[in-house]
Amino acid sequence: MSASVNPPSGTQGFVELVSRTVVLRERNIDTDQIIPARFLTTTERKGLGRFAFNDWRYLADGSLNPAFELNKPHNAGAAILVAGRNFGCGSSREHAPWALTDLGLRAVISSEIADIFRSNSLKNGLLPIVVAQELLDELLEQPGIELRVDVRTRTLHLPDGRGVQFPLDAFAQTCLIEGVDQLGYLLRQIDAIHQFEQRRDAAIDNQQEQHHAR
Amino acid sequence: MTTTSPHPTTLFEKLWNAHLVSPESDTAPAVLYIDLHLIHEVTSPQAFSELESRGLSPRRPDLTKGTLDHSTPTLPAGADGRLPFFTAEAEHQVDTLRGNCARYGVELFDYDGPHRGIVHVIGPELGLTQPGQTIVCGDSHTATHGAFGALAFGIGTSEVGHVLATQCLLQRRAKTLAIEVEGELSPGVGAKDLILHIIGEIGVNGGTGHVIEYRGSTIRALSMDERMTVCNMSIEAGARAGLIAPDQVTYDYLAKTPRAPRGADWDRAVARWSQFKSDDGAVFDRHVHIDASKIKPTLTWGTHPGQVAAIDARLPQANDPDEAKALAYMGFDGGATMAGRPVDVVFIGSCTNSRLSDLRQAADVLRGRHVHPRVRMLVVPGSEQVKRDAEAEGIDAIMRAAGAEWREPGCSMCIAMNGDLVGPGQLAVSTSNRNFEGRQGKGARTLLASPLTAAACAVAGHVVDPRDYLNAVVKDVA
Ligand code: SF4
Repeated sequence: MSASVNPPSGTQGFVELVSRTVVLRERNIDTDQIIPARFLTTTERKGLGRFAFNDWRYLADGSLNPAFELNKPHNAGAAILVAGRNFGCGSSREHAPWALTDLGLRAVISSEIADIFRSNSLKNGLLPIVVAQELLDELLEQPGIELRVDVRTRTLHLPDGRGVQFPLDAFAQTCLIEGVDQLGYLLRQIDAIHQFEQRRDAAIDNQQEQHHAR
Repeated sequence: MTTTSPHPTTLFEKLWNAHLVSPESDTAPAVLYIDLHLIHEVTSPQAFSELESRGLSPRRPDLTKGTLDHSTPTLPAGADGRLPFFTAEAEHQVDTLRGNCARYGVELFDYDGPHRGIVHVIGPELGLTQPGQTIVCGDSHTATHGAFGALAFGIGTSEVGHVLATQCLLQRRAKTLAIEVEGELSPGVGAKDLILHIIGEIGVNGGTGHVIEYRGSTIRALSMDERMTVCNMSIEAGARAGLIAPDQVTYDYLAKTPRAPRGADWDRAVARWSQFKSDDGAVFDRHVHIDASKIKPTLTWGTHPGQVAAIDARLPQANDPDEAKALAYMGFDGGATMAGRPVDVVFIGSCTNSRLSDLRQAADVLRGRHVHPRVRMLVVPGSEQVKRDAEAEGIDAIMRAAGAEWREPGCSMCIAMNGDLVGPGQLAVSTSNRNFEGRQGKGARTLLASPLTAAACAVAGHVVDPRDYLNAVVKDVA
């Protein structure tokens, strides 16, 4: 079955996501596993899904590894990845969330998600969801269950009716829901940035005069 | 601006406060001003494309510096003058950065000049990296620059675009972790062993959400090269930034760099820089204490940098599926020791250990000795400057005479994007910073180690305690 995303895939943000989970139990899945460095010579950000988890996903002869979870037919279309603790550690490559979203993933659930990966993901409509280790263990044990993610209430709804809150920065939440573009937001601060530069130059000059006077 | 505050504050807070364009609130992150933005060919092209698509250009090209390091070959240009790029795509990536820098007036340290090199090696050696700055780069090892008391951290490509367009970033304030290191490092034990030991202690995720400040007598006794090795691997513990307060060691280093202030400007700069230290009584969110005197030569045995062991220690039994998987990938038996395991490749290089002092340590072991016939040894200086300095001391000759390959500067086998790679199933002892599965080539197995350990392993042809080679080293130096 395929996931339902509201608004539909193609737009960056979303308010609600319903999907079955696909599970990678390994802990510390690093960015070199998510997309190996040899695929980073591209100058594009599109089309990287074919390299996602490359060295786990393909066998030596280039064929799909049937034992790898994301290759199993019943996992096709799943948009929520549940992964072992400390997902996304390693490099700052934004190619990692680019590759995962190109694969159709819209959320990653773990008990810990590395800082830079989390920041990169939020800029690309991939929602990092950090849950308690006990809940993660539960999710890791039940691959394929259907979850509903409500970004408005920051809630993960489980099939048994439980709703679990997850942390999501208010700004990131607004960006996801309203599709606010962070660069656009920063560009609206240009006057303040300009004033900061002037204040700072003046402060350094002032400090230099004081030093002279000593 | 002013760094004075009524409360004792940490170095991190001073750096943070001095760069706040606007503070954070419940609904919005802080806008943080960036003093120095370093760019390289791999993580910048999509950022420039984004700017272009919005009709924007870089706001402060003067605060942006570029270099070519990740996908560049480490073999010299051929007879036709062309560099032997691994792929046409790699060459295109390099040309794209050249084009972007030329178009927007960004200074690029390219092949035609004397300063190209690994981005985290050239920033400090040029004196671009200075205390009190905020420094970012689309590269997680930007933490290296924290050795100078600068708040330096890696960012993604979208953020590279943000900094290009506005010279600012949207950031939430991190928590602070003080790592207090006391005691003297034993002979044969260096900064790399120290940081590997620290990561082993706090875990590969132990610094997540934190900025680390390395403190204590052991840290103060380190050279700048060694401090950079320590800060470099902060990200391997999950911390985006590592800090060391600037002191006389920092100033002595900077005074010799070409871009540092001069004359009266220098004195004023030192006065400003010296405020950037944690006040007595400043409160950190967490503290960790490390006894440096107990540390032995340390290597990684698994597939992440937190899986470390002292050279003479027994590896863990496969206690859980992750450890079992790591042991199996590496071809180690639980409960065995690493020593004696045959080595195929030794790599001396990367932003962790490719500076002159690192090459000297390796050369001290190799002087008058031979690399074991089984081993391929690659030595890749971090920058053109390091290469020149090393060649002036005859280090290249020592390496070549020992049977090692002496290469052109770049990231090389650290990330294996340029064709320098470890073969499937081969075991590499590497001075780089990541031992993830396949990091140095598909199926490659990596032991992270100090330059001393790596060089000793190259000679022995198997994993060996570098202290066995120490007496000879001391004699050579004397
Ligand atoms: S040497 Fe390795 S870790 Fe350092 S910048 Fe290059 S690829 Fe990254």
